[in-house]
Amino acid sequence: MNITRNITRRNFIKASGGAAAVVGATGLGVPGLALGASKKVVVVGGGAGGAIVAKYIKAADRDIDVVLIEKNRHYYTCFMSNEVLGGARQLKSLKYGYQGLHNRGVRVVHAEATAVDPRKKTVTAGGETHSYDRLVLSPGIDFRWGAIENYDEKASQVMPHAYKAGEQTALLGRELVNMKDGGVVVMACPANPFRCPPGPYERASQIAAFLKRHKPKSKIVILDAKSKFSKQGLFTQAWKKLYGDMIEWHSAEKGGAVVSVNPKAMTVSTEFDDFKADVANIIPPQHAGRIAHVAGVVDDSGWCPVHYDSFESKIHPGIHVVGDASIASVMPKSGYAANSEAKVCAAAVVSMLRGEKPGAPSYVNTCYSIAAPGYGFSVAAVYRLAADKGAIEKVSGGLTPMDAPDWVLERETLYAYSWYKNIVADMFT
Amino acid sequence: MGLLSEVSLIVVKYFETHTGDYDMPHLWIRFLPTTLAIAALALVAAGASADKHGATAAMLTDTCVACHGSAGSSTGPAIPSLATLSPNYLVGAMLAYKYTGDEAGLEKALAALEARDAKDLHKRYGVVAEDMLVFERYSTIMSRIAKGYTDEEILMMGPVFSEVDIKRATQAYDSDKAAVGKRLHKEFCEKCHEDEGRLTEDDTGMLAGQWMPYLSAVMEDYREGRRGMPKKMKSKLRDMRKEHGDAGVEALIHYYGSINN
Repeated sequence: MNITRNITRRNFIKASGGAAAVVGATGLGVPGLALGASKKVVVVGGGAGGAIVAKYIKAADRDIDVVLIEKNRHYYTCFMSNEVLGGARQLKSLKYGYQGLHNRGVRVVHAEATAVDPRKKTVTAGGETHSYDRLVLSPGIDFRWGAIENYDEKASQVMPHAYKAGEQTALLGRELVNMKDGGVVVMACPANPFRCPPGPYERASQIAAFLKRHKPKSKIVILDAKSKFSKQGLFTQAWKKLYGDMIEWHSAEKGGAVVSVNPKAMTVSTEFDDFKADVANIIPPQHAGRIAHVAGVVDDSGWCPVHYDSFESKIHPGIHVVGDASIASVMPKSGYAANSEAKVCAAAVVSMLRGEKPGAPSYVNTCYSIAAPGYGFSVAAVYRLAADKGAIEKVSGGLTPMDAPDWVLERETLYAYSWYKNIVADMFT
Repeated sequence: MGLLSEVSLIVVKYFETHTGDYDMPHLWIRFLPTTLAIAALALVAAGASADKHGATAAMLTDTCVACHGSAGSSTGPAIPSLATLSPNYLVGAMLAYKYTGDEAGLEKALAALEARDAKDLHKRYGVVAEDMLVFERYSTIMSRIAKGYTDEEILMMGPVFSEVDIKRATQAYDSDKAAVGKRLHKEFCEKCHEDEGRLTEDDTGMLAGQWMPYLSAVMEDYREGRRGMPKKMKSKLRDMRKEHGDAGVEALIHYYGSINN
């Protein structure tokens, strides 16, 4: 522990008048000062939430020992992965490594976290035990195998979910390439809540873009466990304009919910009908990633209840959960929401390690969908903590207006690509 | 004595009927200065909060960078960098987005700014209200977002990016067009957009190395009357277009895009 250095840093910050020089990338959330024994934070999961938590804690206070435990050496972003199916993008453009976080002083451990002891404050990963003062879990989602009858991990090799990007994205892409013209793509969409609410519908759009060009006699049938969906008006308008009647949506009210699949016969079944598929994309019901269950921070819903100013678990103090796995009140399970939650969490963790209360949070979600090349639209919202701290409230926000002219949709597409480049730079550089 | 106590807020709305390319009906609101007060920017500790119970400036601006780039330097291809923009520019832009379609709200917000102690405003936020220009701005998404913040929060965010160095990216540009643009810049733009469009201290937009698709969108918005601009700029732009047309606009964009340092 080098107190002199800290004091010097504090003086420096005062002398320089603060702040502007370290904005953003260096995590202004909390001014840097740490006194006392070195603290240790372990972060599990190096995605949209975890990478940001690790980076921003380290940047706010370099004396905090930050360990990031991530199973994979490379991360494929789920965001923009639908463009791989549409043909506008290659899978490798979604691939990122952890060198940037390493360079920032985050200790990156590539191992699978298998056990958490909330009382001893330890995490076990790859046979090693890591102790922590605070633990942040950002495990994303896992699939509820079997919730749709016969849909398990093995079935996903035939009927891909492609809802964690990487090999599954490539598999669905190959199946589409190999499908005959005039084939039927059947998609199953889950009930709320699930990862990336507009994701399945952007996907249907991107698959339609591919089919329109290469296999124009084909059809897409969406079987949905919901009776409405995110950006529905905008998607429906885009589908009609771009793809005629290629995409057919079956709502829950009209018996759209999928109850079982048969990977051998390639059928997808609702309570009323069997749909024969040439390609089946089954997006199953989800819950918090496995380690959250192991740590015991999941409630009956399958997700993790948290305090909204810190993302600390309501079940086990000392453990925080951000991103898709958490129950973030009205915020959706999106990459940008995870990014925003992670910054609130990082600032809170640094404060709490100093024995202070978390400061007031501010949250944002911004989410773009690309229905075809040059045809993008968005939803955005700014949120704040409710006065009684019992909810996250939306302050403002909204959708791209209906009937927007082409130049607006083109602009939104360019902004979508910028969104993508800047959010991954925020995560990995 | 506060600087603003001797300043009168003048709200001028005028709807022009010219037919020139860059003429447009717009809301033109300006504080007319009786004192010239262009001081060095206040350095505001971004960790400090103006409101004891609210989020800090850092907490607020941390949410900007996932779209606008780390430390306000966007990696492109279209969302603009914010680094180096002055507090007046950013606050003015955010207020314009927030009060899109609500002129009365904007007038009220600006009157409230005027009523505040000018020295304090400058010290805390680097804002010189009497120099603030607020023009109509079209946006795809920023208006939806800006409405989520109080005017005070917008003020708090103002100075955070201004003192940050910008990382200018290397963009694909046409060197012939850039060469033409360089000449046009000197002739028509350099007087206000000094140092090849790098200078932002007098609340001008940052042009040098700004993302070209963004600059194109902005120029299109000017032409189509979706974005307001100062009178002087309007006449310069009109002259430039008269002589060089759309090709002149394109050349300027390629010139600014060519600057990567």
